[in-house]
Amino acid sequence: MDQLLNDFSPGLFFMQAFIFLILLFLLAKFAWKPIIQSLKIREESIQDALDSAERAKEEMAQLKADNEKLLDEARQQRDTILQDAREVANGIREEAKADATKQTDKMIADARAAIEVEKQAAMAEVRTLVAELSLQVAEKLLKRKLDDEGAQKELISDFIKDVKLN
Amino acid sequence: MSKKITSLLSILTLLLFSSLTFASASEGEQASNGGAVDTQEEITAYIKHHLQDSHDFTLFTLGESGKHIGFPLPVILWDDGLHVFMSSKFHHGTTVAESNGNYYTVYHGKIYKTNAEGELNFDEEHHPTNARPLDLSITKNVVGMLFAGFLLIYLFGSLAKSYNKKSIPTGVGRVLEPLVIYVRDEMARPNIGEKYYERYMPFLLTAFFYIWILNLMGLTPLGFNVTGNIAVTVCLALFTFIIVQFSGKKDYWKHIFWMPGVPVPMKIILMPIEVLGMLTKPFALLIRLFANITAGHFVVMSLIALTITMKASFGPVAATGMSLVLALFITVIEVLVAFLQAYIFTMLSALFIGMAVEEHDHH
Repeated sequence: MDQLLNDFSPGLFFMQAFIFLILLFLLAKFAWKPIIQSLKIREESIQDALDSAERAKEEMAQLKADNEKLLDEARQQRDTILQDAREVANGIREEAKADATKQTDKMIADARAAIEVEKQAAMAEVRTLVAELSLQVAEKLLKRKLDDEGAQKELISDFIKDVKLN
Repeated sequence: MSKKITSLLSILTLLLFSSLTFASASEGEQASNGGAVDTQEEITAYIKHHLQDSHDFTLFTLGESGKHIGFPLPVILWDDGLHVFMSSKFHHGTTVAESNGNYYTVYHGKIYKTNAEGELNFDEEHHPTNARPLDLSITKNVVGMLFAGFLLIYLFGSLAKSYNKKSIPTGVGRVLEPLVIYVRDEMARPNIGEKYYERYMPFLLTAFFYIWILNLMGLTPLGFNVTGNIAVTVCLALFTFIIVQFSGKKDYWKHIFWMPGVPVPMKIILMPIEVLGMLTKPFALLIRLFANITAGHFVVMSLIALTITMKASFGPVAATGMSLVLALFITVIEVLVAFLQAYIFTMLSALFIGMAVEEHDHH
């Protein structure tokens, strides 16, 4: 300690203080301030760049999501359109089928009606014919003056034979 | 062999400065203790001499003739008026220098006022009792400081300028910039806090690079021992001390003089302890730096001296080999210590400042 105190040089202490203060002042003014400032500016610009990159990324993601949504919508729309078209087509087909059925039914009904009419006509004709025949039989019966029962029966069967032939 | 190696550092310095030194060889003077340094006492004296500041810039000494090779430095004394003369007037402590009617002599690196004959009076502890004028000389250490200062201004000035052209530095700036960022992000920010750290950056950066460069300069064969000088470390620690006291917030002073959260008797007991703590912090700083660097120089030089001290027992080749290997090993460690001490000084300064500006929100 004694040695240390003896070695202590006030002059050197003073010179050191003087030089250090001047150095501190000069370096602070011409080196540290501009360096720290430049570092700060650079770090901020890097941060900004990173932030904007992050933002761009987010925007990209947003855009992609939007596109996806649009695509989804378009797909959905397409599906609906197709569905509609299919429905319309089905409707048309059903309608056509129904129409056809209806027409067939109508035709059948018409045919049936025609048959009925024909049948009625035929029945009427048969009736007329039967009546005429009956009339003719009666006429012949009357004309021949039939004596016996046998002859009457023969005659009737003859007539019936004739009717059958007709 | 003793003819071959004269100065402990002469081989290295010869290799590095052979072209420079002989130009100034005429400055070299016959020393009173000329001759080879080859005994234990002489080596110890040599190392002690080296650890001290010097008024001459001696690069090495020729052993045979005792010639000091180097150049003189200006001596500036304040002794009822300014006295300025070159240190060559002292003739390496052998003669008395006269300046404006006053006589001065140099003894163990210190300048004393004497009579015309250069008589020194000693006390019982063999310290001269003569008056010591205020010595503002450009000593070897001051040369080192100035060199470090100019180097710092040049390096960081050009780094600062390089930002005008490009936002990313080139060349040596690429190495310096991460160090600046290191001081900011690893020392200032975590210790002082985001709010205040910026205003202490100039001091922390200056202290860190100044100490580091001076530590590294101490490892060169030029033999600076600036950061191993007690006056220098006292001054640096004093800067930290003053900055800490001036940045102390209310909480800081409250913790020193009236510790919150403890009973009143404890407050009274704690007060002197805290006041002492205020002083021990910078004291630890200055002693740590001084002791580490001085010890480093001492060890490196002692290991280099092994080549002489071990010669008798191991022979010249083995002694030199051992000395080289050990010295190399310790020098590598010293390079680490140079950084480490600069780091610790700055780190602790930041920590002390941080403790002073800290604001507690719990009371």
